Amino acid sequence: MVGIVAFGAYVPRLRLNRQAVYDANKWFAPGLRGLAKGERSMANWDEDSITMAVEASRDCLTSHKAEDVRNIYFASTTHPFKDRQNAGVIGTALNVEQNLSATDIGGSLKAGTSALIAGLNASREGAPTLVAAADKRMARVASSGELNYGDGAAALLCGTENVIAKLVGHHSVSMDFVDHFRGDESDFDYGWEERWIRDEGYSKIVPPAIKAALAACKLKGTDITHFIMPSPMPAVPKQMAKMVGIGEGAVRDLLGATLGDTGAAHALVMLVDALEAAKAGDRIMVVAFGQGVDILVFEVTAEKDKLPARKGLSGWMARRKEEKNYMKFLAFNEMLPIDKGMRAEFDKKTALSVLWRKRDMIYGLVGGKCKVCGTVQFPRSQVCVNPNCHAIDSQDPYAMAGLECSVMSFTADSLTYSPDPPAYYGMITFPEGGRFMADFTDSDKDQVKVGAKMRMTFRMRDNDQMRGGFKRYFWKAAPV
Amino acid sequence: MARGIKDKVAILGMGCSKFGERWDSGAEELMLEAYKECLKDAGIDQNQLQAAWFSTAIDEVHVGKSGIPLSTTLRLPNIPVTHVENMCASGTEAFRGACYAVASGAADFALALGVEKLKDTGYGGLPGGRGGPLQVLWNANGTAPGNFAQLATAYMTAHGVSGEDLKRAIGHVSWKSHQNGAKNPKAHLQKAVEMDTILNAPMIASPLGLFDCCGVSDGAAAAIVTTPEIAKALGKKDIVSVKALQLSVSNGSESGHNSWDGSYFHTTRIASKKAYEEAGIKNPRDEVSMFEVHDCFSVTELVTMEDLHISETGKGWKDVLDGFYDADGKIPCQIDGGLKCFGHPIGASGLRMLYEMYLQLQGKAGPRQLANPRIGMTHNLGGAPRENISSVAIVGRYE
Repeated sequence: MVGIVAFGAYVPRLRLNRQAVYDANKWFAPGLRGLAKGERSMANWDEDSITMAVEASRDCLTSHKAEDVRNIYFASTTHPFKDRQNAGVIGTALNVEQNLSATDIGGSLKAGTSALIAGLNASREGAPTLVAAADKRMARVASSGELNYGDGAAALLCGTENVIAKLVGHHSVSMDFVDHFRGDESDFDYGWEERWIRDEGYSKIVPPAIKAALAACKLKGTDITHFIMPSPMPAVPKQMAKMVGIGEGAVRDLLGATLGDTGAAHALVMLVDALEAAKAGDRIMVVAFGQGVDILVFEVTAEKDKLPARKGLSGWMARRKEEKNYMKFLAFNEMLPIDKGMRAEFDKKTALSVLWRKRDMIYGLVGGKCKVCGTVQFPRSQVCVNPNCHAIDSQDPYAMAGLECSVMSFTADSLTYSPDPPAYYGMITFPEGGRFMADFTDSDKDQVKVGAKMRMTFRMRDNDQMRGGFKRYFWKAAPV
Repeated sequence: MARGIKDKVAILGMGCSKFGERWDSGAEELMLEAYKECLKDAGIDQNQLQAAWFSTAIDEVHVGKSGIPLSTTLRLPNIPVTHVENMCASGTEAFRGACYAVASGAADFALALGVEKLKDTGYGGLPGGRGGPLQVLWNANGTAPGNFAQLATAYMTAHGVSGEDLKRAIGHVSWKSHQNGAKNPKAHLQKAVEMDTILNAPMIASPLGLFDCCGVSDGAAAAIVTTPEIAKALGKKDIVSVKALQLSVSNGSESGHNSWDGSYFHTTRIASKKAYEEAGIKNPRDEVSMFEVHDCFSVTELVTMEDLHISETGKGWKDVLDGFYDADGKIPCQIDGGLKCFGHPIGASGLRMLYEMYLQLQGKAGPRQLANPRIGMTHNLGGAPRENISSVAIVGRYE
């Protein structure tokens, strides 16, 4: 039996208030008024699809060992790198390299489900496969996308042992129906008229595909307990369900009011949402539309209730901070030529040879543990840092990303350049031993205190725009 | 312990440029300004110099590397010139090199000169940069004020000092230095400042406000050293000799091992203890007449006075508020205005501190002259609380 064995999600902390966006833009686009409700997730300046996918993957692997993973599929339409395996960065961040096949899947909003199908098929022989999907789509100022999109990620571990949602079947059709596109030379989507997309696209392509999938699974529409279908038009999923005999009560909420549409990740984000609620015996159908359709049908098993707790979508959704400053949203997305000052001019060139040598330290947050005195330290060094030891070549690698730490000292620095001043940073200490001066993220004045518990999170520290956008990643501390 | 260099080296002459935003001068002009005064004071001919040590810390924004800029600017007689860099402690490092040359007998006359020209960067504060190709991949996006602000956070935590009490104490540190700086015509900032202004200044890196941070200045300072015997032979009176020179450099235990709580300078405790031993000082609180310490930030000075074993650990803030370190207090500290007001041209600062001690010991400090000082101590720190170079020098009358 192949299926999903674990799930995880990630949602950035900030939630952009849509009314605030509308208020800034209504002089130009009063027609957006209908969308000015609720909030959308908003990536912090140091988050992109890789960092969000790493967080979702860590959430998913709460119950499983990363080193057992044999394949990683990473779906996105906003991979930070065009040529550099984005999925491989996730692997390194999870400290998995050997015996790992890493693959990026993109090019369509159904990339998430395509990755899931590939992942399930890859794990049929028992090789645990991690499927991560994340998107951080840009949208033009005063566009509907700016209001509708959200940033987020989901991750699913596929395998054959302790399956919580058995794959009943899957079906795909591929046809070049261009409802929207994003060319190589643009950061933004260009879309056609919604009525045409609904009538000629969804209505004519989706129902036959669902019927074919149901037939292949020997199921009827009424057998589906949870119907998942992302769409920028909220009425469409209900309409599709009705056309194929799936009950209206089965249609899952699109999470538009609180999260927004997370692009290629959204079908999987909604799947995690459904899995959190599902009971043994429930049947889940996932439909993703984008130059064709992917359809997957799962049946939830009794194993689901045994899955150890994790943050999941609900946990990350509960960690929330409202953002009403639309200017900040624009600045974080490099949509505002803000005066960053001379301190932002420092060259951010990365020595790739250094990064390679130190990748376990930088991407994996791997420190050392001295075999002689037992002291944990970061970074791992040739001579033990313990003043009463100083043993040479005595340290074993010691992964620290998953350890909770606390603040020993900190500051809020208004002098250094930060896209989100003041810059919070401080000395963090790990109870097992080890400390370093770390940048903080997702931090507010009232949260950062001496002794505060922090959690390490994989983030971007710099973007080398001088060289076409080489993102430097490292770990930062965020309040628990 | 080694025999040390107590009384083996005398300061023959010193010079110091006007510190400040020297828009009129480059590093070369500043060097010459300090050197001319120094050479005249020493009363020797340039051709008698046998070795030189040259300190700059951020040379990439002014003179560049090596000993050549010093040799070329002063047209030195093709003697050895060693460029030294040990962050903000570079000035004392240059002095140490020159002193060791004389103490060893390798040179009869040695020059130490430090300079920093910082105000050609186009922005306020120290020039940025986070280190080498590995450091930039993981070091926190910090600044000097941010690093030293954490000393304040940790100090409050370690000793249960309230934010309000600490803010008042470090405010007093800066207030006192402004009082002193107002009497120093070479100082960058020569204006006394009200306590209210200090306490209500904009925050730079919490809890440090604008007045908790020293000036970013251009300047140079120089010393020519010889042996006390030669100084005497040259007819010098009121000879000032070196009693101790000690340096302690972090080895990563503060930044990487959980035994350090962030509230003190591990290295300063070590360097000062060794210096008292070298100088034969048993009870520094009674024996040292005056201090110039590395008040890059007000809290640095406060904590340093504990680590120099003058104030009791955790009680330094009370001594500060009691006026113990004021110009009319028991041991005046930063009588020339300190880094806070005299200014902080990195490579020159250690030598500038010695310049004030030298003037005071010779009774040449003008309106800020202290009554009969006998022993002066400088403390010159490079780096951040978690990783630093702490250098101390003790000088005094040669008796």
